[in-house]
Amino acid sequence: MTTPTRKHILRTFVVFVEDRPGVLNRAASLFRRRGYNIESLNVGQTHVPGVSRMTVVVEADEDTARRIEANLYKLVNVLEVQEITHASRIERELALIKVKAPPERRAELIQIAEVFRARIVDMSTDSMIFELSGSHDHIAGLAQVLGEFGIEEMVQTGSVAMSRGAAPPMTHLGRRPADLQ
Amino acid sequence: MAFAKKSDTTKVPMTARSIDVSSEISGPSQIIPKAEAWPDRRGQVLTGSQIIWECLLRESVDVVFGYPGGAIMPLYDAMLEFPIHHVLVRHEQGGSHMADGYARASGRVGVCFGTSGPGATNLVTGIATAMLDSIPMVAITGQVHAHLLGSDAFQEVDITGVTLPITKHNYLVTNVDDIAPTLREAFYIARSGRPGPVLVDICKNAQQDKGVFLWDDGPVSLPGYRPSYIPRPRELDQALALINSAKKPVILAGQGIIRSNASDKLLEFAEATGIPVALTLLGLGAFPASHPQNLGMMGMHGEAWVNNAIQESDLLIAVGMRFDDRVTGKLATYAPYAKKIHIELDPSEINKNVKVDVPIIGDVRTVLATLTPHCTKADRGPWVARINASKGDSAVRDIQTLPDSGKLYAAHVIHDLWRATEGNALVVTDVGQHQMWEAQYYKHETPRSLLTSGGLGTMGFALPAAIGARFARPDADVWVVVGDGGFQMTACELSTLAQEDKKVNVAIINNGFLGMVRQWQQFFYGGRYVATPIRSPDFVKLAEAHGLEGRRVTMRSEVIETVLWAKSRPGTVVIDFRVEQEDAVYPMVPAGADLHDMIRRDSPKATTVSGAPAAHNPIFETGEDE
Ligand SMILES: Cc1ncc(C[n+]2csc(CCOP(=O)(O)OP(=O)(O)O)c2C)c(N)n1
Repeated sequence: MTTPTRKHILRTFVVFVEDRPGVLNRAASLFRRRGYNIESLNVGQTHVPGVSRMTVVVEADEDTARRIEANLYKLVNVLEVQEITHASRIERELALIKVKAPPERRAELIQIAEVFRARIVDMSTDSMIFELSGSHDHIAGLAQVLGEFGIEEMVQTGSVAMSRGAAPPMTHLGRRPADLQ
Repeated sequence: MAFAKKSDTTKVPMTARSIDVSSEISGPSQIIPKAEAWPDRRGQVLTGSQIIWECLLRESVDVVFGYPGGAIMPLYDAMLEFPIHHVLVRHEQGGSHMADGYARASGRVGVCFGTSGPGATNLVTGIATAMLDSIPMVAITGQVHAHLLGSDAFQEVDITGVTLPITKHNYLVTNVDDIAPTLREAFYIARSGRPGPVLVDICKNAQQDKGVFLWDDGPVSLPGYRPSYIPRPRELDQALALINSAKKPVILAGQGIIRSNASDKLLEFAEATGIPVALTLLGLGAFPASHPQNLGMMGMHGEAWVNNAIQESDLLIAVGMRFDDRVTGKLATYAPYAKKIHIELDPSEINKNVKVDVPIIGDVRTVLATLTPHCTKADRGPWVARINASKGDSAVRDIQTLPDSGKLYAAHVIHDLWRATEGNALVVTDVGQHQMWEAQYYKHETPRSLLTSGGLGTMGFALPAAIGARFARPDADVWVVVGDGGFQMTACELSTLAQEDKKVNVAIINNGFLGMVRQWQQFFYGGRYVATPIRSPDFVKLAEAHGLEGRRVTMRSEVIETVLWAKSRPGTVVIDFRVEQEDAVYPMVPAGADLHDMIRRDSPKATTVSGAPAAHNPIFETGEDE
């Protein structure tokens, strides 16, 4: 019997944290210790000095998601947690793929780049680098097609995400990270 | 709808709650008189070490438990100027348990010190013990010079890394100017909300350097910290509806009652509703044992009627407890007919183990006080009568009716200890069989009269925690109840007691085994007693070697007189109770079994479970050997 809450799905959390030493470590340690399954994790600066933003993708059911949120809030340096799994959102990963490109196949590769809306950012005598930002599936699709040419190197970020429209209100403390100095 | 306005039916995500700011702005507990007479040195240039002591004074610290070493010597060097008592422990683990015991006994923040490296790692067990039981503690460790950090310098250990998962929060301080604000935050975090241990690791240079002592008495500003929440009206209403209509309800009371000083509110709530109260191990004392609605301890070694009542109930009202696996048994069959209300301060506990119908997130004292006036006293007569009827076959009576065969049972010792101390002792237990017997046979009437390591189950806790409790409650009749195994883990702290000239009474329940593990071997490992027979030194002589007094007891008739003798002595007394070697704690719900599936004592006369081989323990010296 699977009730909706028991369903394990990939969930996206946006976590605003104070930019202090060890914060990433604390968050990662929490996920490891409680056995939450991190699919990807990204941290970076925001427009607010002193506030960093993490995007965490985790596989979890509804109850677990609530506890992930509550446990993140128990970290003293966590300012705000938003689960945007069900929100309309933009979610992106970035990939760089270096592929074998003998002169006779370059035209073909350029066409592929167009189809996938990828950019070719470097070209040498026998290889090219593709840059693609998109969803996980989108990137996997490109990687699969390029596989036939022979991928020499590939690197991919975790996802970063943002909900569409007005920024969701930061309910906790009635304070937005922007108020922090 | 007593609380919600008609429109308040929208679903708000669980964590999107208003914050109870009242507890945020409450500053440190009252400044102790000594500190009031202390000159105000704010604005003066002091060394980092002096600043640390100034901060401790301002946080009302009157005693610290510690052990010196290279990286913390500047702090020690500054100590003599200050009116704070330092207790030199014999092992830093003992220091951390003392700080813990001090905090459990008083409700204040306990403080311990250790040097860098091994001093800091020795604190780890005590910090984890405090973490699992939500005990407010600040541990201060020395650290190597900031410029040496990361170089594997002598006695450098990344103790903030080590303690990250076992502290509520921790800090590394590299600069003198950060000391005061950090310590202020540390104490605030340790004591507010769901309490816990905070470690502050302070580099030697920060202790030595000079800086201006600045102290802000205003509220601590931590934008990401949410110590408490205000319960939602809608959930209070839902809870009230369930409470007022339940036919077979049970209150499950946990340590949260004690941490939130809510015993009086629990009593009012229970009496207003007539609902019986079951307690967790850490909740014992939160509700008077002698109260007719008190069912006693629930869980793995709870009495049958308690666990059966839970299994049959139609409503569980869990207050300040966290549905630990030792309390629930198998989750799939736990209280199958019951709706569940969970009153809890920490949102991350909701639906963690047991799925609940109505979570109420907030301070349990406030929540109980809010609910009680709206509760109606329903007729729970048949329900209470049914539970009382099943009390007939009780483990307590089983053991009480054992004929005096000249043998000494641990249960006798605890029962007689209870009688001789008139139920007024502050008992600190270790971990094992004696801990469960204490919980079953010593009747605790008041909060903070039983201190025990529940969550981590740390052997070696009792003696040092009792020393901490002794400092917190100078007038209490402090008793340590400890096994022969656990006592030997921290027995060195007898020397601390002797040096401090403090009195605690130590009752060693000496069965010649690591009893609880032996019991599991008897029940679940075919009676193979591997690595559980334990040889002990002569505990009486050990006491005497410390300049303390000791006695040995082998017969029931001697128990009460020896307890009274111990109470009459001015100093610490160690009593070696030579009890039945192979007695077991009954009833027992095997780990992972259904809560109602209990192993019971066979017959009143049995001393071992039938079928278990009689253990041969050649190295145990019985009382007769001497
Ligand atoms: C530090 C530590 N190590 C091991 C254990 C596992 N353990 C739980 S109870 C127990 C036996 C305790 O024996 P004793 O202190 O003699 O007390 P008894 O059970 O006989 O009353 C052990 C080894 C523990 N809880 N803590």
